[in-house]
Amino acid sequence: MTGWNWLFPLAALILAPLLPGVINKVKAFFAGRRGPSSFQLYYDLAKLLRKGSVYSHSTTLIFRIAAPLILACTAVALLLLPWGGMSAPVSFAGDFILLLYLLALARFFLVISALDTASAFEGMGASREVLFSAMAEPSLMLGFLVLILHTGSTGLSGIASGIGFNDWQSSAPVLLMIAMAWFFLLLCENSRIPVDDPNTHLELTMIHEVMILDNSGPDLALLEYASSLKLWIFGGLLINLILPFRLDNLIYQILVFIPSMFIVSLLVGITESIMARLKLITIPKVLVGSAALGIVALLVKLVEYYQ
Amino acid sequence: MDLFIVGCLLIVLSGWIALNTHSNRGSWWMANLGLWTGIALTAYPVLQVLIGGASQTISFNWSVPGGSFSFGLDALSAFFCLPVILIAPLAMIYGGAYFAHETRVLGKHWLFYNILCASMLLVISARNGLAFLLVWELMALSSFFLVIWEDDQAEVRRAAWIYLIATHIGTVALLIFFAVLGSLSGSLDFSVMSGSHSRGITTVVLFMLAVFGFGAKAGFIPLHVWLPEAHPAAPSHVSALMSGVMIKTGIYGILRALILIGEPAAYMGWILVVIGIISGIGGVLYALAQHDLKRLLAYHSVENIGIITLGLGSGVLGIVWKQPALALLGFGGGLLHVLNHAIFKSLLFFGAGSVVHGSGTRNIEALGGLFKTARVTGICFLIGAAAISGLPPFNGFISEFYIYFGGISSISSGAPGPVILAALLMASLALIGGLALACFAKAFGIVFLGESRTEQAARAVESSFQMRIPMLILSFLCILIGMLAPLTVCLISPAVKLLTGSEMSLAAPVGGLVRTLAIVALTLSLFIFLFALGYLVRHRLRKARPDTTAGTWDCGYAAPTARMQYTASSFASPITSLIASELGTRIKGKEVSGYFPESASYHSETLDIATEKFFEPLFRLVDRLVSPIRRVQHGNLNGYLLYIALVLVLLLVWKTGILQ
Repeated sequence: MTGWNWLFPLAALILAPLLPGVINKVKAFFAGRRGPSSFQLYYDLAKLLRKGSVYSHSTTLIFRIAAPLILACTAVALLLLPWGGMSAPVSFAGDFILLLYLLALARFFLVISALDTASAFEGMGASREVLFSAMAEPSLMLGFLVLILHTGSTGLSGIASGIGFNDWQSSAPVLLMIAMAWFFLLLCENSRIPVDDPNTHLELTMIHEVMILDNSGPDLALLEYASSLKLWIFGGLLINLILPFRLDNLIYQILVFIPSMFIVSLLVGITESIMARLKLITIPKVLVGSAALGIVALLVKLVEYYQ
Repeated sequence: MDLFIVGCLLIVLSGWIALNTHSNRGSWWMANLGLWTGIALTAYPVLQVLIGGASQTISFNWSVPGGSFSFGLDALSAFFCLPVILIAPLAMIYGGAYFAHETRVLGKHWLFYNILCASMLLVISARNGLAFLLVWELMALSSFFLVIWEDDQAEVRRAAWIYLIATHIGTVALLIFFAVLGSLSGSLDFSVMSGSHSRGITTVVLFMLAVFGFGAKAGFIPLHVWLPEAHPAAPSHVSALMSGVMIKTGIYGILRALILIGEPAAYMGWILVVIGIISGIGGVLYALAQHDLKRLLAYHSVENIGIITLGLGSGVLGIVWKQPALALLGFGGGLLHVLNHAIFKSLLFFGAGSVVHGSGTRNIEALGGLFKTARVTGICFLIGAAAISGLPPFNGFISEFYIYFGGISSISSGAPGPVILAALLMASLALIGGLALACFAKAFGIVFLGESRTEQAARAVESSFQMRIPMLILSFLCILIGMLAPLTVCLISPAVKLLTGSEMSLAAPVGGLVRTLAIVALTLSLFIFLFALGYLVRHRLRKARPDTTAGTWDCGYAAPTARMQYTASSFASPITSLIASELGTRIKGKEVSGYFPESASYHSETLDIATEKFFEPLFRLVDRLVSPIRRVQHGNLNGYLLYIALVLVLLLVWKTGILQ
């Protein structure tokens, strides 16, 4: 059995670029268009990898090491992600801390590589990125804390396998609050509407696309790939929480769990189709709101303790 | 232990020789040789104790009130000696190059530097209240003289003055602390004092006195006001030593006071946790609003002291709740962060010193693009910045992981106390981590990356070889501690055992922690391997498809200038503007108005709200109240002689008992 749990990270490495593709399909469906192919990102990546890069005179070594470093961070973080009832290839008590901090390292390098281009525009995106992520981090942590309390285990794999259908029957409000908070954090961390607009890279796009404005060729390919992996990681966390299928048969498990990753794409696509981007100034309020959801969930758990 | 005392004396003696050496180069060599030899001598007993040797003490049978003059090393003292032993010699090397073109006579500087190093070692090893206060005062005064080095500048004099007052206000509390504790136990010797001699309200008072007195040195908010003044004013190697090492004597003091007070109570833990959270978040928010590189780093010391205190507070709660895992991880994380902070904060101050040395300004807004000329300094500063933000695979991550891990391993009981503690720990550490990342992305990105914002920055040069060596050593240590994470448990566990007492068994949590850290370290090595692989592949691709160089694309804007870059203020403004009124940020300037604005300006300044709203009014009030006493000081010699005569007569009357 032990070798099988490497299957999921492998599947992620292959399938992650489909996630944005499916999101775009969903959005096209809502808009009544045919939309680009679901495999568009694969074509883009293949084309970018064949090209050379253009570097700005202003950039330094930092800009050149950023893309491989960010991809390495995200790939290692992927190894920590459990799936269904199976444990992750690397799992230990407190592994979610390492996961969040690996993503933070990736963010740090993305931000400083944006500052490396000496462009005010990219500096602006970097500055917004650090604000939103600093506010998102506490509510992610609170969510993990509630789930640790609920399942009694301190590692991601234990948490993921500890939530089943009967947990949703017994304490749906708590889990729902965490799921809602995490869905918003997913949108925020992956720069989707209503936090950021991934469609354009001019004034409307404020965060992620703006920071990678000066990346080109293979560097851009690595960054786009890393960001689809990041979407997969956050989606995986959410799916583990909201779809607690625990099948004994490995084949069924794979057949159920991996396609259900695309439910995330569906959810994101629907959200993007029916919402407009929020004003920048309101995003901190929503982030505080999602932290508040975490706190309320925690209080509910504490009340349960006294009963 | 003899070696330890001889080493300290040698350090002071060589400083004295340096004072009497005429050439600047010669005096540095004297002080340097003495310091290295002295540190080597003291390191021997320290390491002996650390690897499990018995505690050592030495007593001098001098006739002092309340016991004998004694010094000793136990596991806790030995651990706190480590930062001194590590940083003091490196800062000495760095300082020699930093002052290479100094025209003033340096003898006195090196004298005070060596006295500071020796007195820190003695503070940490003092085993008697009176001895402790004496060396504590020696430490305060010698560091005061180091801060006031550039005494021709008014702001330096003001900064040193604030430091002198702050440290003495703390000392007053410590004087009372030792006096009360001594009168309860009948001796000032630590061995007699320790244990629970105090009861009830006295314990509360003693604990608050210790927190206040030692907190003023460590830099708890709101007692932190001297740090952002003194660190920018001092030469960089002195800032590194004071911020990296000296403020930790305050943390040491609190731990020693906890041992002296005896059995800890839950409120002590909670108070430390709350202080930790306030100092941590407050420190990093103030740091974000700064434009002065060294002032920014000084506020980060406040933040890191907060993280350390958070760890220690949860360790205390671990003892109270009888949870060995929480005690180990809380105390262990706090202690390890003491060492880690000493390493990366000294590294960052060295880096900032090199920036100041190479460019002539501390103003972040005037810098930019230094990475192109000062690449080694840039890489070292980057490693320090990543380490202080708690990012893997550096050492800061490991100690923060300890504290997080303490939080989550304490909640298995599901009791409200541990759950609330875990929620506080995790949410505040995550917030502090996120904000620190923002702040160091700003500090590194604006100073080292992009284009030079001024002529001054464009002319900046790389620092000399002698200044780069200490930075490289410290950067290497940042990575080494991160990669050898499981070994750090051996480093902290003797000191934690001393703090938790003998009845608590730490074997099980130690085993679990070592296993977890081993997996963390392995995962991190996998990450480094993947990164190296990715970079090599990328490099290969580059050979096949040649790169082109062009201007920054910037959505096609054709003629950007360096002045159009994002600045440090604008980078931090989304965060700082959310809390501008709480921080007390003042913004002056003329806004852009109309279609063809003639001129516009912007100036923001964030002074410390604790200084402005609390200490300044307080000291004005005190000044008004006590100013009548000035009349006694009239400067007339005859008058003073009269005072002496009067006092002597009064003493005579009192002693002979005529009045009874």
